[in-house]
Amino acid sequence: MPSRPLSPHLTVYKFKYTMTTSILNRLSGLILSLGLLLLVYWLLAVANGAAAQARATRLLSTPGAKLLYGLLIAAFCYHLVAGLRHLVWDTGRYLERAQSQKSAWLVGWVSIILTLLVGYWAFFVGAHAP
Amino acid sequence: MSLRSPLGRVLGLGAAKEGVHHWWHQRLTSIALVPLSIWFLVSLLSLPAYDHATVIAWMGESSTALLLILLVLAAAWHSQLGVRVVIEDYVHAEGSKTLLLVVVLLAHVLLAAAGVLAVLRVTLGSPA
Repeated sequence: MPSRPLSPHLTVYKFKYTMTTSILNRLSGLILSLGLLLLVYWLLAVANGAAAQARATRLLSTPGAKLLYGLLIAAFCYHLVAGLRHLVWDTGRYLERAQSQKSAWLVGWVSIILTLLVGYWAFFVGAHAP
Repeated sequence: MSLRSPLGRVLGLGAAKEGVHHWWHQRLTSIALVPLSIWFLVSLLSLPAYDHATVIAWMGESSTALLLILLVLAAAWHSQLGVRVVIEDYVHAEGSKTLLLVVVLLAHVLLAAAGVLAVLRVTLGSPA
């Protein structure tokens, strides 16, 4: 195999804040992959009957699990909004530098607001509320 | 001078017309996941409790089961495609890259199958 230059060329770019949106999209995607693992674990526990689900619920109600839910909610909200930005880009729109810088801020703020709303619902209003 | 043809030299080294396939599937699953994931979040958070009876009643409905199965399938494929790119980008040693890609693909197939099976068992009412 000839040694060819391999992307991404992480070391040759000057850091721009728009890169953060890209890195966060990957990171949140990876976190959501763990969320999928958690979802399937929960589905299996439910399918295995009341006793199995009760055992899983004990594990899924620990402070560590609740911290993970917060992380998953933030990752989901960010990945959703950033993903919508990608779908808009795929139509060929808003690709100019000034536009992508503006949409980077928009993605940041919208996902933060969405995270706070969903987090409030999940931790203070829903069935998990104290 | 090499006797290999230009085509022979590049075969297997690049996207070889598979790049669009990956891109397209990532887009298809992302479009599907927008409504599916929002439905799941809203539906899950709307449940009055998370005890066995409540969850079984929720998952036992055909519409819930159908959407859950679609969610698991779309999410598993989308996740596989995404994790795959991360591995391809950051793992450069050919052997460990291939091994990781195989493990990740098979793990996602396993996750998808297990998730679908779990939902089917509940909705078709055959507890283990």
